[in-house]
Amino acid sequence: MKYLSEYRDPVLAKKYLEEIKASVTQPWSIMEVCGGQTHSLVKNGIIEMLPDSVTMIHGPGCPVCVTPLNLIDKAIYLAIEKGVILCSFGDMLRVPGSEKSLLEAKAEGADVRVLYSPLEAVKIAEDNPDKDVVFFAVGFETTAPANALSVIHAHSRGIENYSILASHVLVPPAIKAVIDDEESKIDGFLAAGHVCTIMGNAEYHPISEDFNVPIVVTGFEPLDVLQGILMVIRQLEQNKAQVENQYSRIVREEGNPDAQKVIHQVFEVRDQMWRGIGEIPESGYAVKDEYAAFDATKRFDVNIQEAPEHPDCISGQIMKGIKKPFECSQFGKTCKPTNPLGAPMVSSEGACAAYYHFSGMVEHS
Amino acid sequence: MSEDKKIHMQLQCPMPKLDFDVITLGHGSGGVLTNKLLDTGVFDLLSNEELDKRHDGAVLDMKGKIAFSTDSFLVSPIFFPGGDIGELAVNGTVNDLAMCGAIPEYLSLSFIIEEGLLMKEFWEILVSIKFACQKAGVKVVTGDTKVVEKGKGDKIFINTSGVGHLHPKANLDINNIKSGDKIILSGNLASHGMAIMSVREGLEFDSEIQSDTANLNHTVAGILNEFGDAIHLLTDPTRGGLATVLKEIAQTAKVGIDLAQSDIPIDQQVASACELLGLDPLYVANEGLFVAFAAEEKAEAIVHSLRNDDKGRNAAIIGSVVENHPRQVIMQSAIGGKRVISMLPGEQLPRIC
Repeated sequence: MKYLSEYRDPVLAKKYLEEIKASVTQPWSIMEVCGGQTHSLVKNGIIEMLPDSVTMIHGPGCPVCVTPLNLIDKAIYLAIEKGVILCSFGDMLRVPGSEKSLLEAKAEGADVRVLYSPLEAVKIAEDNPDKDVVFFAVGFETTAPANALSVIHAHSRGIENYSILASHVLVPPAIKAVIDDEESKIDGFLAAGHVCTIMGNAEYHPISEDFNVPIVVTGFEPLDVLQGILMVIRQLEQNKAQVENQYSRIVREEGNPDAQKVIHQVFEVRDQMWRGIGEIPESGYAVKDEYAAFDATKRFDVNIQEAPEHPDCISGQIMKGIKKPFECSQFGKTCKPTNPLGAPMVSSEGACAAYYHFSGMVEHS
Repeated sequence: MSEDKKIHMQLQCPMPKLDFDVITLGHGSGGVLTNKLLDTGVFDLLSNEELDKRHDGAVLDMKGKIAFSTDSFLVSPIFFPGGDIGELAVNGTVNDLAMCGAIPEYLSLSFIIEEGLLMKEFWEILVSIKFACQKAGVKVVTGDTKVVEKGKGDKIFINTSGVGHLHPKANLDINNIKSGDKIILSGNLASHGMAIMSVREGLEFDSEIQSDTANLNHTVAGILNEFGDAIHLLTDPTRGGLATVLKEIAQTAKVGIDLAQSDIPIDQQVASACELLGLDPLYVANEGLFVAFAAEEKAEAIVHSLRNDDKGRNAAIIGSVVENHPRQVIMQSAIGGKRVISMLPGEQLPRIC
């Protein structure tokens, strides 16, 4: 298939694996930052195919998983108590808030809708002028342009019943936070290709230089991931630390300036809470004051108490790569996709859920 | 169903002139309005000796082993690329009977209609039911119509139940499955679910993907005639998709199942749409597809035979039953890695990226 089967060629995959095996002379730990890459690793059985000396550490890169608990509670409050039409990407619906998930709120009668594009939410607002429509705008830099564009569209068309509940997280500060953590021992990173498609590679050069780590901007298909791993290993073995672009068919060094312009028109950088990890300085986007009318946290009086996470959940350690899902005492026992104790067990991109669904053999080995 | 075929059907069965356009609560009251609704042509459309008696139930003359199945149908939207809820309701129960190794004969047909449904939509569904019954060779012999208040339904829900004699050569039982059996999939995966997804509010995308809804009874009868007890088990991967039915079988029969991803037939557009929305085609619903567990030595011949049938033209052997890893389904990925296939905890939701 055009643009799919080319990147799933078993002959090439074998070649990459052989090159990886031939290149490795010592143990290396590589973190794939993005949940999409974790998904690809486990769905395609890549972890098992890698030599024992290469350990993949699953990073914090599932935006659904790191969306603060308090914000989910706010979304649920808006949907139930304020009667808004709450629109969201699909996999956000099952993430547990402190008492319930959006899916459960929907079952209780809240108007919760799954959309693929935030622009669709603007249309819903236009079609329902007597209702408030809130889009739960989560994601990395990748979804930020479309979310920003929805605000710009609503503003230019004079749509006053539309707002976003924004929880955007930024990748470079998260990589820095992971490296800074004393317990983490990551030798190299696969950066998220789609994030760099928007933002370019510039932010990664100082990280690579300052911390002396190889960073390879990598795609999501199995061959992308394998090639990315090989590129990191080659750098490590040659004692190099630089930014390389595996995903060059899509990512340009400067990224997508038009998309960046749209982001900066609507959002400004702020400190951001990451569920399970804590606050990371300058790691999120807030809606700028000039668009405050489209910021659901300002538009509605939502004051929800911070609720504690489940005491047995070690999602922070999982997302910083300190522990593997099967090293958690609750994994697969009390914590399952049907009864998640924390967010990484919910979204299929979350490290725990990915392990649970796809790699029973790994988890039992 | 193509647009041309649909128009042809509607031309053959034009809607009678009525003094109402919309179905209301009164049409389900059992009184004058109900009779008026049914007299518009429902009975004429589906006419047969048993139904024409207009009794509360049907008396059927059946001897020997019969299979009996029931299913309820709720789909949004009710008209979708490649079919509609009416056709789905007939094919669904017909196929459930066929999976038992039976020859479907009689159906019951019950509607729960939400008031406000347009009569012309109801008519279109009825016409579609008529043609689906003709194709499958089954008769609707009894039925019921209820109307619920606006907001208490989703346009229309349909329940069908069906009975049919067992095919004389059928010997299908989960206990017949044994190590070495080959697993045959009768066609392309995931078309129905993705056709529905392509027209679902908020997730619409342009595509030519059509639902695979179809009656499989003639196709199944064909291979049962030819291969008899070499076919050990049949099942249709509807809700929950291929992954769910195979996992259920592996658990119930306490066998291991090996699958090869690259052998699973899937339409390119469907595969691309799944990638786009972050859905796994293994868990997407199918409505015109079956899985056969068959004796190893006959599997190739069964696939060859299926490929001569329009509904089996993409049939393929996708895996086998193994002694290793009992209760587990393990798929070899396209690049050669291995992945355990499990059941989903709930509805599959489109992923963010």
